[in-house]
Amino acid sequence: MTKKTFAYFPGCSLEKMAESYHLSTVEIARVMGMELKELEDWNCCGATAYFHVDELLAHTLCARNLAMAEKEGLDLVAPCSGCYKNMHACNAHLKKDHDLADHINFALEEDNLRYDGKIKVHHLIEVFSEDLKEVKAKATNPLTGLKVAPYYGCQILRPRKFEHENVEEPRYFEDLMTAIGATPVDFLLRLRCCGAALIITNRQAALSMVRNLLQNALDSGADVIATACPLCQVNLECYQDQVNAEFGTKYSVPVFYFTQLMGLSMGIPAKRLGIGTEFLSPPAAMLAACRKAAAV
Amino acid sequence: MATTVTFSQEIGNLLHAAGGTPVSACMQCGTCSGTCPVGDFMDVRPQRLIRMIDAGFKDKVMATRAFWYCASCYQCTVRCPRGIDIAELMYGLKRYTIWKNQYPEDLIGPAFSETFVKNIVRTGRSYEPVLATSYFFTLGLKEMLSEAQNATMLMLKGRLPVLPARIKRLENFKRMIKRIIPIGD
Repeated sequence: MTKKTFAYFPGCSLEKMAESYHLSTVEIARVMGMELKELEDWNCCGATAYFHVDELLAHTLCARNLAMAEKEGLDLVAPCSGCYKNMHACNAHLKKDHDLADHINFALEEDNLRYDGKIKVHHLIEVFSEDLKEVKAKATNPLTGLKVAPYYGCQILRPRKFEHENVEEPRYFEDLMTAIGATPVDFLLRLRCCGAALIITNRQAALSMVRNLLQNALDSGADVIATACPLCQVNLECYQDQVNAEFGTKYSVPVFYFTQLMGLSMGIPAKRLGIGTEFLSPPAAMLAACRKAAAV
Repeated sequence: MATTVTFSQEIGNLLHAAGGTPVSACMQCGTCSGTCPVGDFMDVRPQRLIRMIDAGFKDKVMATRAFWYCASCYQCTVRCPRGIDIAELMYGLKRYTIWKNQYPEDLIGPAFSETFVKNIVRTGRSYEPVLATSYFFTLGLKEMLSEAQNATMLMLKGRLPVLPARIKRLENFKRMIKRIIPIGD
């Protein structure tokens, strides 16, 4: 098999707040024989906030990143669901609307760039899910007995609606967890929003949304929630104290990136996957895998 | 001959990105309201809001806070049987009220978004500690303490950036932005 190479767009969150997502991504890509070339001089995708203020500028920000990937001749991969959605949507608009593309290309000239709509944008989890056989082969330290609630969240699925694509009943996250030896539970609210930036702008609403997700994960028997987005991780994990204070609950549900779980299953030591930078400790079944990985 | 643009058309025109299905296509089925995870917290749910726009109740729509409660999860968008991109409509309404400078003053959303934008234009990257300044002092004492507690915990875990990151070709980046919005220095 030829080595897969992608232009890698880490995004602002992965620089520090979600550094463990970045570290674990780099580690598992190496094991999977995938080359992630970090996009040189990437800029912020605009998150949701930029689109609240100016749509054209927001698209220009995304287009600059797309143009840099195209210059490398590589498809772009983003681990953050927000970044992924923005650049995926921008890509679709630019391919469809040539006047918009011309306008933005006029601006990109200032950075000696141009975008001709030749690349694709992928979310990181898709890239690994397409190669389950290889994932299974590399999972030499399977996470046996670990019950995982696979949390898709919103933007890795929506608003995309490709032909024949099932945005309501996806299975790839579950299949990926099965491939690394874990047991995916039936997590009913797996596609339900975590509240995203409302945690800052409308706290009451967001805390209530987080509470629903935590309760449903527990009801489904999960030891841990697996996520594919830095904002979901922060909302679901770091705000549990606030949820408990608000609703008189006693949640303590660990939340890890799917890449950290994959990394453990590949025998990579916990520290190299950034495990330990969470607010809550890993559950017993994960700790057992951590010990085995450290002994390798 | 000049024609008068209705409020519904005006909002429809904001939906450049949404592919143009106008709100008048709405058949009031209520799927959006039923599916919205934030619906319980909105003063007006999406189905009703769309009807208000279509009926031209501009003042009432402008006084509504619902679109600032939208988390952009796009559940309504993918489920709308008429193909209206409701989440993008919410974005459009946010931009419209910022443009008109008409939104309830106690909302954190508009100030937060504007701080975010200014920060990116300055450095090319987002920097969480600066964003906090846009809302921290609007919080009640209890929220302020819990936010400070979270920040401390993140710092102890090495998850808070000390210095803001910036892109390398920042001058090019700023000139690029000025080609979209032509303003002087």
